[in-house]
Amino acid sequence: MIEISESPIDTAELQRLLTDPAAGGYCAFEGWVRNENEGHVVERLEYEAYEPIAVAEGEKVLAEAKAQFPYLAARCVHRVGVLEIGECAVWIGVASAHRDEAFKACRYIIDEIKVRLPIWKKEHYANGDSGWVNCERCAQHGIAD
Amino acid sequence: MKTIKVCYFAMFREHAGVAEETLMLEAATAHDVFEQTRLRHGSDEPNGHCKVAINDHMADWDSPVNDGDTVLLFPPVAGG
Repeated sequence: MIEISESPIDTAELQRLLTDPAAGGYCAFEGWVRNENEGHVVERLEYEAYEPIAVAEGEKVLAEAKAQFPYLAARCVHRVGVLEIGECAVWIGVASAHRDEAFKACRYIIDEIKVRLPIWKKEHYANGDSGWVNCERCAQHGIAD
Repeated sequence: MKTIKVCYFAMFREHAGVAEETLMLEAATAHDVFEQTRLRHGSDEPNGHCKVAINDHMADWDSPVNDGDTVLLFPPVAGG
């Protein structure tokens, strides 16, 4: 399941929810707020989502991942609101019988979420400016993690 | 003319100065709505990396719009 959250992500609790006696592997990805982007010193980020479609599209991504890399359970949480440097902005966890499915499903989910879900981030810079991140390069997977 | 409710997000909302507005438009497709609101608000964002939804479902730029539809205009996304 996927969730849009206004409060900090409790990664330990989320991991516990994936516990399954049939699981032999668990893989998680956490996206953190970084203090720099393209030469600008970033002080904090502000995330905005259109939740009805973000959730519907996110569920599609999870289903696609499961079809390709059969896993036992997967969850995703994306933050909205103002986040400080170091905070977890997105968390994905996948439990599977073997590690390969967990690694691959986790990678697929984060890559698709970044380019498909209606979620936007505004960077607030140390010099007082701010700007929406234009993530067109995210299509080249992995660049803007 | 069709009555279309248009919703703007992130940078589009800031350009438009409103989160949503109901407009009377001569529009056949979602792309027509995008172009007309772009002219209306002086935005220069091309639609190449933008997405559109109609009545809470993701749509294509050539999807038809009907009287009473809600068109959601999404600027380039940046999750994660």
